[in-house]
Amino acid sequence: MNAVTHWLIGGVLLMALTTASADSRAKNMPDSINLDSMEHLYEKVNFNHAGHIRLIKDCAVCHHHTTGTLVEDTNCVRCHNNSGATAVVTCKGCHSAQPFSAETIRKNRSNLKAYHNDKLGLKGAYHQNCTGCHVKNGGPTGCQDCHPRKKEGDAFYNAGEQAPKAQEKGKSRGNQ
Amino acid sequence: MKRRDFLKACTICGVGATLGVSKKASGASFEGYPERMGVLVDLTRCVGCRSCEAACNREQQLPAPKASFDDQSVFGKKRRPTEWAYTVVNRYETEREGGPVYRKIQCNHCNEPACLTSCLVNAYTKTNEGAVIYNPKVCIGCRACMVACPFNVPAYSYSSAFNPVVKKCIFCYDTRLKNGKPPACVEICPQEVLSFGYLNDLIKIGHERIREMPDKYVDHIYGEKEVGGTGWLYLSGAPFDQVGFDTTIGNEPIISNVKEFLGIIPMVLVIWPALFTGFHLLSTRNQSHSHHGDPHSDQEVAKP
Repeated sequence: MNAVTHWLIGGVLLMALTTASADSRAKNMPDSINLDSMEHLYEKVNFNHAGHIRLIKDCAVCHHHTTGTLVEDTNCVRCHNNSGATAVVTCKGCHSAQPFSAETIRKNRSNLKAYHNDKLGLKGAYHQNCTGCHVKNGGPTGCQDCHPRKKEGDAFYNAGEQAPKAQEKGKSRGNQ
Repeated sequence: MKRRDFLKACTICGVGATLGVSKKASGASFEGYPERMGVLVDLTRCVGCRSCEAACNREQQLPAPKASFDDQSVFGKKRRPTEWAYTVVNRYETEREGGPVYRKIQCNHCNEPACLTSCLVNAYTKTNEGAVIYNPKVCIGCRACMVACPFNVPAYSYSSAFNPVVKKCIFCYDTRLKNGKPPACVEICPQEVLSFGYLNDLIKIGHERIREMPDKYVDHIYGEKEVGGTGWLYLSGAPFDQVGFDTTIGNEPIISNVKEFLGIIPMVLVIWPALFTGFHLLSTRNQSHSHHGDPHSDQEVAKP
């Protein structure tokens, strides 16, 4: 076999793999996602994935450099101009749910030269990405528009029924 | 001992003490614990939700607030930490576009804390992890630390009639930091305004953010150098003096301003009394029996 045949076979295999992975991605794509990390204070957020796909159409708005789109962020382009799409598609695949746990910090520290030490955690990534877009496009932006509080949440924030009563206010402490 | 020997000894002691003191005072500045943790506060991300205040209230088991943590009317005036709230968020209108800037205030956990230096009873400790904590059982309520703090952070339990003590943020040391966990405010923050990590790493991360987005940030990390460096660092899009930061405090640790003075205290309190008592005794030795009105001296005079 000569080199050309090698390349051809390689190319065909690569195409097959890419198609297969794209297919499986599409198959695994959830219509809705439950965000429940703050369940002790808030109702679960049932994120309407399908609805957002219909609305935005461009996957890359949220899934930067993961779903076949090229890297667009000017800072990322400096190194990743020619990088292919990464295998990880889920948010939590890159954005840690516990960005400041001892374990995550240790992991980040193990390679101090790595560029990606300052990656947003999952909660930060959601809020900054979602809220930014919602502000621009008129989506809901109030905290409880997306995640209504539970009774425990009201207690935590001393809000709603658990808000301090007016009488208490009168005899309460100085400036706070 | 002869008078001459005594004076010689005193001079030698005095010179020795002075030299010793000046040597200490000019000693190298403390670089800080290498493993100390910190928090990088990115004001460009804060939306003023006050979740950090609520989390602090719960974590530190502080009394219920006067108004709900949802209440945005508190932004009407500039607040500072109190005995009931170890952290507060203030709102600032700046000349910069993009709405108001919110700034969280708490103890900055200085590398060389002035509160610790000023404390008469050694109530304060700077832990290896970087927290500036204090022992309320030792605190006598003198409030020297409140005067010393360049950031006006320590609050005072004025409400306690019998045992008022100083109150301030302790970096959640007891419940979290010493177990390797981030403080409660960091964990609750929805916008990741607060990044917790090794202080030295955070300084690098801060500079990297500025380098990546030079239009977004002022080219300065507040707390990297101020008063000898602090454990909590701030990034801002608006000039720091417009969002409530004192930009005139300089980079010298507060202790540098008082170190020489504090060094003199042992000499003044210990050596001087001994020295001058010695002088006094020597100079009055020959007159010791000739005081006016002393009956013995009258007798002595009358004898011959």
